[in-house]
Amino acid sequence: MSFTIRKQGEIVVVDVEGQLIVGNRQELKQKVLDELEKGEKRFLIDFSQTGYIDSSGLGVLVSLSKKIREQGGELRLANLNDDLKTLFELTKLDTLFQISDSRERALESF
Amino acid sequence: MAKMRVALDLEIASDVHEIERVVELVQKECRQLKLEPEKCSLNVPVALTEALSNAILRGNREDVSKHVRVKASVNKAGDMLVVDVTDEGEGFDLSASTRNCTAPENVLAEDGRGLYLMQCLVSRVEQFANGGNTVRLTVQRG
Repeated sequence: MSFTIRKQGEIVVVDVEGQLIVGNRQELKQKVLDELEKGEKRFLIDFSQTGYIDSSGLGVLVSLSKKIREQGGELRLANLNDDLKTLFELTKLDTLFQISDSRERALESF
Repeated sequence: MAKMRVALDLEIASDVHEIERVVELVQKECRQLKLEPEKCSLNVPVALTEALSNAILRGNREDVSKHVRVKASVNKAGDMLVVDVTDEGEGFDLSASTRNCTAPENVLAEDGRGLYLMQCLVSRVEQFANGGNTVRLTVQRG
């Protein structure tokens, strides 16, 4: 499992490879908060290479969304597979996040 | 419980980094049982991750001298998997501790989804004392 962060224009894109769970959620949180502290405002998390997410991973996404909004920014999500869509629907987090079917659409939506 | 075949029986340290390895072993068992793909890739991994993280973080309070036992059993017909996760904690009230995380006042909460997800994702969740505190997840094919 790992997180890759790169800039595409004005947007910070984070790829989550493997699982986003209790053992690594803090790493993701810190990486995104570091970028936020540098002044970045627009964030996209791409889940195309993600297996599953547990409740603590979902919690980190909610937490990051709040912190980014507080700084006047926005966090969007892309490429949830059917399993992950189910998870977001079960928890109603699909109503909190703007979710795109592809990275390209997500990037265009900012 | 009817006679079951023990497919996996192991003890892990109270370390959240152990979780992924255990989940992979149980996922392998799910695939051998030919459980539905989404149960192998989502339901069991997420429910088991929740049970294990509760056991490590809340039950054993990350005390490295304490262990978590994971026992996975399969019924004779081969269409039901039962996973027991036992910690050395004092236990908890499953129904009283479960919060409906889809209630409007809870959707934006940063935590409190674990027990709810567990109960959404597997056929049955039970909790009882068994020489420790055990959470039992039952997953049925079909």
